[in-house]
Amino acid sequence: MVWTALGAFLVINAMLLSASLLVFAERRVSAFIQNRPGPNRVGPLGLLQPFADVLKFVLKEDVQPAQSNKFIHSMAPVVMVVIAMTTAALIPFAEGVVVADLNVGVIMLLALTSISVYGVTLAGWSSNSKFSLLGGLRSAAQMVSYELSMGLAVISVVLIAGSLNFMEIVEHQNSGGALLGWNAVRNPIGCLIFIVTAFAETNRAPFDLPEAEEELVAGYHTEYSGMKFGMFFLAEYVNWFIASFFIVTLFFGGYLVPFEPQLIALFPALEGSTLLALLQFGSLMLKVGFFAFLFIWVRWTFPRFKYNQLMKVGWKYLLPISLANAILIALGVVLFGAVGL
Amino acid sequence: MPQTHTPNFPGNDLGDQFRFWPKHNEKIYERLENKHAWLEEKRAAAQGDGEPATAQPPAEDPLENEMILNIGPQHPATHGVLRCVVKMDGETIEKSVLDIGYLHRGIEKLAEHKTYQEFMPYTDRMDYLSPYSNNVAWCLAVEKLADIEVPERAQWIRMIMSELARISSHCLWLGVGMMDAGAVSGFVWTFQEREEIYSIMDEVAGARFTVSHSRIGGVANDFSARAIEMIRDFVDTFPDRIAGWEGLLNKNRIWVERNKGVGRVTREEALELGLTGPNLRGSGVAYDVRRFEPYLKYDEVDFTIPVREAGDCLARYFLRLDEMKQSVRIIEQCLDRMTEGPIRSDDAKEAYPSKEEVYYSMEGMIHDFMYTDVGTVPPKGAHSYHAIESPKGELGFYLTSDGTGRPWRVRINAPSFTNLQAMEHMLEGEMVADTVVIIGSLDPVMGEADK
Repeated sequence: MVWTALGAFLVINAMLLSASLLVFAERRVSAFIQNRPGPNRVGPLGLLQPFADVLKFVLKEDVQPAQSNKFIHSMAPVVMVVIAMTTAALIPFAEGVVVADLNVGVIMLLALTSISVYGVTLAGWSSNSKFSLLGGLRSAAQMVSYELSMGLAVISVVLIAGSLNFMEIVEHQNSGGALLGWNAVRNPIGCLIFIVTAFAETNRAPFDLPEAEEELVAGYHTEYSGMKFGMFFLAEYVNWFIASFFIVTLFFGGYLVPFEPQLIALFPALEGSTLLALLQFGSLMLKVGFFAFLFIWVRWTFPRFKYNQLMKVGWKYLLPISLANAILIALGVVLFGAVGL
Repeated sequence: MPQTHTPNFPGNDLGDQFRFWPKHNEKIYERLENKHAWLEEKRAAAQGDGEPATAQPPAEDPLENEMILNIGPQHPATHGVLRCVVKMDGETIEKSVLDIGYLHRGIEKLAEHKTYQEFMPYTDRMDYLSPYSNNVAWCLAVEKLADIEVPERAQWIRMIMSELARISSHCLWLGVGMMDAGAVSGFVWTFQEREEIYSIMDEVAGARFTVSHSRIGGVANDFSARAIEMIRDFVDTFPDRIAGWEGLLNKNRIWVERNKGVGRVTREEALELGLTGPNLRGSGVAYDVRRFEPYLKYDEVDFTIPVREAGDCLARYFLRLDEMKQSVRIIEQCLDRMTEGPIRSDDAKEAYPSKEEVYYSMEGMIHDFMYTDVGTVPPKGAHSYHAIESPKGELGFYLTSDGTGRPWRVRINAPSFTNLQAMEHMLEGEMVADTVVIIGSLDPVMGEADK
């Protein structure tokens, strides 16, 4: 119990720190994409810029719209941050290192991501502003339509692993030797669908319709200022950081070091040692770093979808494909299982 | 006990006749509600077998699907201070009303108190994305009014700079268009090209943004060797940049889907709504002032007028890219064919004397003084209209002279204003997300539309 609490404390702080690092990374990478230097004045290489940003948020006036629903208006950012942070408990960081080792981890993940839509919708509704309301509605519609495909993509993974536990899903990817065991290889369509829906679920470009700056000013958080806006900001960054974690966990071997069985065969002392755990954590962070970069890369390159196009992609393309994929994977599991693979 | 404080705006206590804003606002909403009412009446009459037409009762809306949204005047994507009041059903726009005039500065009235030369900097601030074109348009109109001959070299310089202004304006349109569609980086990419053009303007005119380089009877100063070199460099590299943007956007599914079929205007509608410039050519009408009433030396250079038939935002995108390529062609030819010679009319009644004359001769100084004080004096009762093809479309000045150094009346035919006429028609039936794309693709500049 104490260890779990300590672990949770560590993970939350690590998440907060990495969110600030991500803010910095996003601003620097977007600057390089746009051929400009980006923030490089606060601290070494500008690394302290996010902290300066947070300081600014804290010092800013917190404006509460006169006609808003005060309780819900204040609650919405809290919901967002709490949900984002809770999801972090499910990530296996290395073999046996996880805050909550649930045997229904996958279902827990889907449940939590479904709740996070409330944060956005309530924020949009309680602000009593038309732009916010449109943003909130868009978000609700978007998340509901993409959750289905996301669930089906996750189901295809669960079918292969035969377990709802993240740790077991990761361990199961260790079977096929080097990289071939990764679900991205065994289930490429599911992998693609999951990445696309992860973009949509986290409201990142090109699916950032709820906060489309050019259309809806700032979407659901138009009426937020100061640290309340800061919390939305934080939740967004934590959300896509965690989304990258789950992309890696479900499809890219999670914490597994590439060629891990061969490595252990070479150095038997490595089995179960702290060094291996550190290696695993490093490999996880490298993979996650790549996907975090992908999120930034896509955001600063692509135009945004339109509402009806978003619905078309979600319902007419992604859903049938993910359904067919789930059936295909189920058949595959049965057939390969029959042959004894 | 704290007193309740009611804000006292100026005009609040002056009686109703001075309260412009509430009245104006009410009228806007009234217009929005009543829009197309006659159309619905006519439809009802057509269905009712010739029975007397009665106004349809307002449709029931128990779920409150309809919402009136003010987009602008302060909004990230309205390109200045344009206000669109739209009535939406969900995300679809049913009716829209445009409210312009937030940037009205009374430029036409101001002109009546300036000499012709003094008015030049005001034209910079009309279409502030292509100041040089406005300078040229103004100069040409005044020169037509006062019958002034412009030396050949000055005409070539004006042409080169106008085409650079066109490229600059179209670059901004492309960057903003990308940003409106959500690709934020595009804005910065096209601004690099604009930066190069700014540097050229700086080298040629001494100012980056509001250049005021053209003069009545010529231009302010000649190209330096460095300026010609910079323009040559730009012309050499720019086609590659266009190719880069085309590579990014032409086959980008999201970009094409966002633009195709959006804001469609047919050929007939375009003519009836009075569209001009690239918007008109995007609808299949090959009208370009440079070809139909050639001014400067446009009849001596070889260029084509790109035309697209589709009339949607995508057509206008392709068209403007083609126009930039044609501008590059024109600049290349101008650079090759430019002749040496004077850059300003030598008559002290028509143009400023050169600086050497002013500094080293008595007559020159007197001429300079007189020109600043009195300026060009066109004959009494003369009037002229001269239009050029500015990046936004046909930009014309109508001038009437009363025989003094100041115009009696100036009327500006601003392309942004005429283009905005089509806006309401284009918005209706589209989605909220399309508003910004449509505004971007019409490319209005409010400084010019509101004058």
